[in-house]
Amino acid sequence: MNKTQQHIDPILIPILEQVSDPEIPVLSIMDMGVVRSALIINGVVEVEITPTYSGCPAMDVIGDDIEKALKNASYDSRIDLILHPAWTTDWITPIGRKALEDYGIAAPLEADADKEVLLNGKRLIKCTNCRSQNTKLVSQFGSTACKALFKCEDCQEPFDYFKCL
Amino acid sequence: MKENLYNYILGIADNSLILGQRMGELCGHGPSLETDIACTNISLDLLGQVRSYFQYAAKIAGDDRTEDDIAMLRKERDYKNVLLVEQPNLNFAHTIGRQFLFDVYHLAFLAELQKSTDLTLSAIANKCIKEVSYHERFSSDWVKRLGDGTSESKEKIQEAINDLWTYTDELFHQTKADKAMVLESVGVDVTKLKNDYYKRVKDLLEEATLQIPDSKWFQKGGKEGIHTEHLGYLLTDLQYMQRTYPNMEW
Ligand SMILES: [Zn+2]
Repeated sequence: MNKTQQHIDPILIPILEQVSDPEIPVLSIMDMGVVRSALIINGVVEVEITPTYSGCPAMDVIGDDIEKALKNASYDSRIDLILHPAWTTDWITPIGRKALEDYGIAAPLEADADKEVLLNGKRLIKCTNCRSQNTKLVSQFGSTACKALFKCEDCQEPFDYFKCL
Repeated sequence: MKENLYNYILGIADNSLILGQRMGELCGHGPSLETDIACTNISLDLLGQVRSYFQYAAKIAGDDRTEDDIAMLRKERDYKNVLLVEQPNLNFAHTIGRQFLFDVYHLAFLAELQKSTDLTLSAIANKCIKEVSYHERFSSDWVKRLGDGTSESKEKIQEAINDLWTYTDELFHQTKADKAMVLESVGVDVTKLKNDYYKRVKDLLEEATLQIPDSKWFQKGGKEGIHTEHLGYLLTDLQYMQRTYPNMEW
């Protein structure tokens, strides 16, 4: 089984799409790519989720929320946290990236470009407010573990950037 | 119980736990809002990593021990972290110096641990290395800024590196559990990381226009549970709640 692929029973998708990251409520866990498998086995839904960041306090909440959402749809479930393969920002779907941008969080760049903006101060990230690329890194670490803090030098708006992982 | 594996995991995790606790002390006390947030985010990453290790250790122990028991209820002598990570936050340069000297090691260590034949350990390493590469960027960046900054910042970071240098050699000492795990291709042979470590650290220090300490005297003992006086105070803080209100939960 290719573990970088998701294995999700299509019947479960609408239910799982109702669950979102408590820290980024506009982003469903499906679009975040944290659900790696969800299959109905002997009447019980077995879900595998993988943490975004090791210290992400949202994971426990996400597990509980999945259980609740499935319960509401009359499914019993078992949630497992798996570590392999490690989550990557590449798993955020195009819909997820758009939701992030609309919410005011710049979506992650490719790994090389990410290094350039975080290390060498290159201006590649578009301001989520005015779309200007005249943006500057304020801090490699932002309001949560997954974000860096940026500032737009045109409209002066500070905003978060979802770091590449 | 696989005692060597258990002890081996604790040896790795305790470094992150104790350093995470030290960085967490800066919450609300960092020199600027951005550095405060950076230090506490690093702390959160490290504590998150510790959870993965301790959950695995608890599983191996196979009794009713939980990740929390392992973190909160051991005695000082049972902690296996290196002396470097328990050194106190004297000033920002000292905090950065400690983080830098550990991050360079941590990154090299995790790169090797990814190759472990133990699939859980390699998965944890695979996860952690992405986070630790951000830590190493942050700390080495600051070493350069402080070293190549004002005369005062240069003096402080040089003093920190000189002070902490004595704790670096211990990173490459092998414990009994280390040796056993290397034989099983589970563990990392840390002795092999030593040359590259000092080369990388020296290159960065030179770039930061800092002197490389020439002291040949090194401290050791942490990995065997013989700690500096600082660890006891740290543990008092860390364990206070569980000792005072046993089994309390949030
Ligand atoms: Zn703007």
